[in-house]
Amino acid sequence: MAASESAQSAATITLEVFRYRPGQDDEPTFQRYDVPYQEDWVVLDALNHVKDHIDGTLTYRWSCRMGVCGSCGMMVNGDPKLTCAAFLRDYYPDAIRIEPLNYFPVIRDLVINMDDFLDKMSEVKTWLIPKEEKPVSEGEYLQTPAELAHYKQFSMCINCMLCYAACPVYGQHPNFIGPAAIALAQRYNLDSRDGAADDRADAIFSHEGIWECTFVGDCTRVCPKKVDPAGAIQQAKVEATKDWFRSVLVPWGNK
Amino acid sequence: MEHQSHDILIVGGGGAGLRAAIAIGEENPNLSVAVVSKIYPMRSHTVSAEGGAAAVIKPNDSLEDHCYDTISGSDWLADQDAVELFVNEAPAEMVQLEHWGCPWSREPDGSVAVRPFGGMKIERTWFAADKTGFHMLHSLFQTALKFNNVTRYDEWFATKLLVHDGRCQGVAALELRTGQIRAIAGKGTILCTGGAGRIFPFTTNAAVKTGDGMALAYRAGVPLKDMEFVQYHPTGLPGTGILITEASRGEGGILINSQGYRYLQDYDLGEPLDVNDPSHPRKRTMELGPRDRLSQAFVQERKKGETIEGPYGDYVHLDVRHMGEKKIDKKIPFVRELCRNYVGIDPVHELIPVRPVVHYVMGGVHTNIEGETPLPGLFAAGECACVSINGANRLGSNSLTELLVFGARAARAAVRFGAQAADIAVEEITALAEQEQQRIRERFFQPQGGTETIAGLRTELTSTMESGAGIYRSEESLRASCDKIRELKQRSGQIELADHSLTFNTELTTALELEYMLDVAEALVHSALARTESRGSHQRTDYPERDDQQFLKHSLAFQSDGDPRIEYLDVAITRWPPGERVYGSK
Repeated sequence: MAASESAQSAATITLEVFRYRPGQDDEPTFQRYDVPYQEDWVVLDALNHVKDHIDGTLTYRWSCRMGVCGSCGMMVNGDPKLTCAAFLRDYYPDAIRIEPLNYFPVIRDLVINMDDFLDKMSEVKTWLIPKEEKPVSEGEYLQTPAELAHYKQFSMCINCMLCYAACPVYGQHPNFIGPAAIALAQRYNLDSRDGAADDRADAIFSHEGIWECTFVGDCTRVCPKKVDPAGAIQQAKVEATKDWFRSVLVPWGNK
Repeated sequence: MEHQSHDILIVGGGGAGLRAAIAIGEENPNLSVAVVSKIYPMRSHTVSAEGGAAAVIKPNDSLEDHCYDTISGSDWLADQDAVELFVNEAPAEMVQLEHWGCPWSREPDGSVAVRPFGGMKIERTWFAADKTGFHMLHSLFQTALKFNNVTRYDEWFATKLLVHDGRCQGVAALELRTGQIRAIAGKGTILCTGGAGRIFPFTTNAAVKTGDGMALAYRAGVPLKDMEFVQYHPTGLPGTGILITEASRGEGGILINSQGYRYLQDYDLGEPLDVNDPSHPRKRTMELGPRDRLSQAFVQERKKGETIEGPYGDYVHLDVRHMGEKKIDKKIPFVRELCRNYVGIDPVHELIPVRPVVHYVMGGVHTNIEGETPLPGLFAAGECACVSINGANRLGSNSLTELLVFGARAARAAVRFGAQAADIAVEEITALAEQEQQRIRERFFQPQGGTETIAGLRTELTSTMESGAGIYRSEESLRASCDKIRELKQRSGQIELADHSLTFNTELTTALELEYMLDVAEALVHSALARTESRGSHQRTDYPERDDQQFLKHSLAFQSDGDPRIEYLDVAITRWPPGERVYGSK
């Protein structure tokens, strides 16, 4: 069991933390902190130790500490991670380098600006647009377990932004709707209750980027919730291609 | 100073706040709604709720049974008119959420599935595997995105209610990105800031659960109701306090002590059935007893020396192995993920170490069944409020439903209030926000040579809460905590910040949160000291019996210059006269 007896060990581990304080720092620097090494600590525990006992100015986001709120994503040794689920024991005894998520503007230290993602969610309409309206008084829409399974995976996105930080296309084309928002669009497209896939496709394909996505799949690799955004992007592309063929080859057959 | 004006202002963007925002968005598209939240709404703690949300929908169930379960679960401290209204409105709210896309788990015929939960006579808990709160919150957040009349103030930290002319007219809030404090005005203000579990050292609650809304109201003269009632969930992971959902017992998991014995049978919770018996788990029996009784049983087992010692305190075992891998992966996959990540065990093959952990505050801002507080213009809903439907012990899966029912009700009440209210006194409340900005600048941004640290005071606070106001309390333990909190409040004036930056100053917000926590803790321990009886989650070793003669009453804690003033309010009893709580009988 991981909750070990090493709790009192005197070993330490070094964090090399990205610092940037607007108005104070002209450019980012790295600051080193030595913190107690505990086998059952995650990187977030180490950051909290710094904040509480070494340097109250270190700035980062966190909340649930159980991998579901999506607040604490950072680059850990160059890889996007939820720091509440990245264990010190997987890096020890080497130093750990902690940076803000790639490709996002930095507000301060490890805090990024993710407004862009929220705007993109609105743009692709990540909400249910029912195929047929039904008053609440008539009860729930029926949805079989198989129909639920069809989209369930894409509904598991916690909006942690790790997939954007891993996405080379997003790095080059900030307008690219990007992995999580496309996965969420696909979550509703595939929902048996929904009827607005065409609207969402317009939003996804009106931006550059999607055709540059070459299914490298880094977004899926780094996803902490196994959402498989790369799969969602591929599905969206296949659908779009089918639509194009339908509209060009059999224009009378589509709608 | 700039100010922003809205018709309705919601503080907190979790389940209750978003439900309130959508209610207004749908029903009154011409009204302007603000959601002010110290974190992005989808980060809110609703996200961590696992097991499910209760509402009567199946033909074998009845509204009457849901009422009775809730009222007996509350140890008769719930207001029966509120419970009845809640139970009646719950099914429509849950169907509404289904219409907004919530991916509820389903029966083979496509209807919504339900599971059993503790203290409930019949299975009536809707669930989305074991990430119910996550799916509810994201469904609400994503639905809220479609309303153009909802303005979000993401990462704005409310520091004060702006009260002028005897009425709440908005909040002063700190924009984290710029460090500026602004007046955000609203004709109706709804507090939806959630619980305060972080005043205890060992809690399932997220870091943000520091009782902000409770403290804001308390400081404005609004009483906090029934604060002595704090729910310990019987199954948290030692060390982290991460929740292992009650659904794991609803799906058949059992609790065993160091001898492998199902100890709950010794605590008036009925006889155990074999795990392979088709009737296992039997409702309102053994592992499906209410949370207060199960957590108390743990303490008794520890006294007998039948718990297991670990590096993070004593624990017992939750055994779900007999469910098998397939059912575990289908019904409680998150439990498996959490155990693997944070304990390094696989519950398919191994026992899960668990111990009681602070989970929920039954008490909160005093409201009536419309979500109105005694301060005109101020409303509250969700865990930060106390209507009360939960009384002395909340039943698992009632809180997610509560935030829907009362989030929507508070929104409607706020709209009604706003429609007849006079215009906002813009100049006056802007001046109040300016004073607030001045207060915070002077208090935290000018070196004062103080020697106290946030972490140091917080550790002393949480430790006195556990030792003085834990599962069992006494006059002696509570007096010690009252004294300690008085001392800590005084010492908190000596906190010195290292961070004087205006950009995203989380050291400042942590200090402000600590002040909120101290106020909430003060109300809690004084209410607990004054209640000289045992009821539900409030167990006094020096007053072990329930005393309906004196205490079939809600306590109301009012902030005053010294210790809070405690008053009492009768419980609304309609159709269910106070009786004995019986679990374990057929």
